[in-house]
Amino acid sequence: MSFDRTLEKLKILADAAKYDVSCSSSGSKRTNTNKGLGNATGMGICHSYTEDGRCVSLLKILLTNHCIFDCAYCVTRKSNDVKRAAFKVQEVVDLTINFYRRNYIEGLFLSSGIFKSADYTMERLVAVAKKLRLEENFNGYIHLKSIPGASDELMREAGLYADRLSVNIEIPTKSGLKLLAPDKNFEDFIKPMEKVKNEIIQYKTEKKIIKSTPKYAPAGQSTQMIVGASGENDFQILKTAEHYYKNFNLKRVYYSGYIPISLDDRLPKIGTEVPMLRENRLYQSDWLTRFYGFQTNEIVNLNHQNLDLDIDPKLSWALRNLHEFPVDVNKASKRMLARIPGVGMKSVAKILMARKYRKLNWEHLKKIGIAFNRAQYFLVCDSNLFERRDLSAKKLKAIILKNSNSKYDKLLSPQLNLFS
Amino acid sequence: MTGKTLIYDGSFEGFLSCVFYVFEYKLANISIQSEFAIQNALFSENVTIITNTSKSDRVWKGLKQKASSISSTKIYYAFLSEQLGVENVLLNYIEYIFNSNEKVDTDFTQPSVLKTSQIAKNVSREKHRMEAFVRFKLTKDNIYFANIEPDFNVLPLISKHFKSRYADQKWVIYDIKRNYGLFYDLKTLEIVQMDFPKNFDFSKTDKNFFSEEEFEFQKLWQNYFKSTNITERKNMKLHVQHVPKRYWKYLSEKQPKF
Repeated sequence: MSFDRTLEKLKILADAAKYDVSCSSSGSKRTNTNKGLGNATGMGICHSYTEDGRCVSLLKILLTNHCIFDCAYCVTRKSNDVKRAAFKVQEVVDLTINFYRRNYIEGLFLSSGIFKSADYTMERLVAVAKKLRLEENFNGYIHLKSIPGASDELMREAGLYADRLSVNIEIPTKSGLKLLAPDKNFEDFIKPMEKVKNEIIQYKTEKKIIKSTPKYAPAGQSTQMIVGASGENDFQILKTAEHYYKNFNLKRVYYSGYIPISLDDRLPKIGTEVPMLRENRLYQSDWLTRFYGFQTNEIVNLNHQNLDLDIDPKLSWALRNLHEFPVDVNKASKRMLARIPGVGMKSVAKILMARKYRKLNWEHLKKIGIAFNRAQYFLVCDSNLFERRDLSAKKLKAIILKNSNSKYDKLLSPQLNLFS
Repeated sequence: MTGKTLIYDGSFEGFLSCVFYVFEYKLANISIQSEFAIQNALFSENVTIITNTSKSDRVWKGLKQKASSISSTKIYYAFLSEQLGVENVLLNYIEYIFNSNEKVDTDFTQPSVLKTSQIAKNVSREKHRMEAFVRFKLTKDNIYFANIEPDFNVLPLISKHFKSRYADQKWVIYDIKRNYGLFYDLKTLEIVQMDFPKNFDFSKTDKNFFSEEEFEFQKLWQNYFKSTNITERKNMKLHVQHVPKRYWKYLSEKQPKF
């Protein structure tokens, strides 16, 4: 391969792919049984982190940034004046294999601009994955983008070689999509997602009867939504996420704070701050529903449509539900332990184990590693020291904020000054 | 207070042999130290314990009966931390396990239980980091070579990972701090000791040793690393938190540009 030419393309096509935030390389079950290259089992590995603090786990590139669509929020949109390039199938294969052999990456995340047609593009993506699996004996992780509108046959084939498939809905509301991506059809997003979902269900049933059923997308499906591009609120975003988790069995929904890249007046101006704090709060909420047993409605609902920025969503829920507290750490169910602000799931597990031996007091809890500053107002333990004042939610919030240092202080302080 | 200090050869079996000795003679007030890290305490008596695998096996088997496999693994992990005094924490933990009738290995209110778990966590974090931060360079002999300098002795813990991952290429991972490495020759995995030329710079890629295409791929990787960064989101604090500076030396993406 010509290294100089490849280098040039890599710069363009990595730059264009970086706005896709999905980076996970876990959850697959591809063991290296054929003495081949790679082993994608269980845990994912972040091989490096860029200066923005995001992990580098997969070689994340576009096959090409030529695109027939003109979605306002996208850097590869047809009308944007950027350098265009396209990889050959073999180039992507060589890059992946050689990066993998040096332990730079866990595998490949291949996406693409849409050239000619959806099927033509999807066919190329599948060709790369197929070559890696069949010719190179590659057992590393492959994440392919499902191209909206691709045919069922191609989606079926894609899942045979890829570990994960994803299609980005990007804009959470139909009206937003109409405004920002007028050429795109909402149904086109759903179609490949539906197909992959059904194939996974079918694979799981067949697998029970015939053990050798070929794997189908073992790491499941994911999607991504842009936050802060089309004026949607957190209630809409999290409800949309809930819908996809439930109806399409998604493994992950990613939230991507919009990075202004366009002069288009339908979008935030260039230079507008990336809503990183909001994005963080959305992820926290996502975690609460996936691991802490919360329902989306408890976190956001019609009366509470936006997440608080100055406190985390669990604390916010607790302050709205003070009647549930204090929780007795030595007696409470796992469900309630997980709801105490400042107590994470790791601590919950430790508490459940440790309290079998003796009643836990503050010393024990601190050593276990709970965030005392938040947790102290919401629990009682084997000690007669506990919060006895009947504090209102507002007062409690003020006390907690006063005693905490948030890494977001800088972002928050101007707002706080407004109200003080 | 006078007590005995047991000196062992630095191996895990040696350490377990010391534990056996403690129980055999019902000793109290004991300190265990590796012969490589002797710190003489005043008025204490040193006893050298000879590693005996049948004794160490018995301790290990006993542990597996009285503790979950997670807990016994934690003991091994914590041992590999090589931290000064870790043997005594582990001895306390093991004594606590053996002296109780019930299973107590997850009693995190007990300091030695929690401490062991925490040290094991540190080691496992470093293990995971090494699985991530090893950077192979292709030598002229077609061997993928990587050097590491981990805080803890994690080579024994990462060997399986690399063996199953790179089954079709020859590779060496060398711990230059402890001067030993793993060599996989497509069939078996061996522990090796190597001699390097004097003043060999492990952070550089020496043209005499490494293949020509190695430079090209490092260049591609460096550029990829740069292109995939989003400058509008720059967050060096988070970056350094994930990739602590002590690991930068051997990361190709952190080397000066070609």
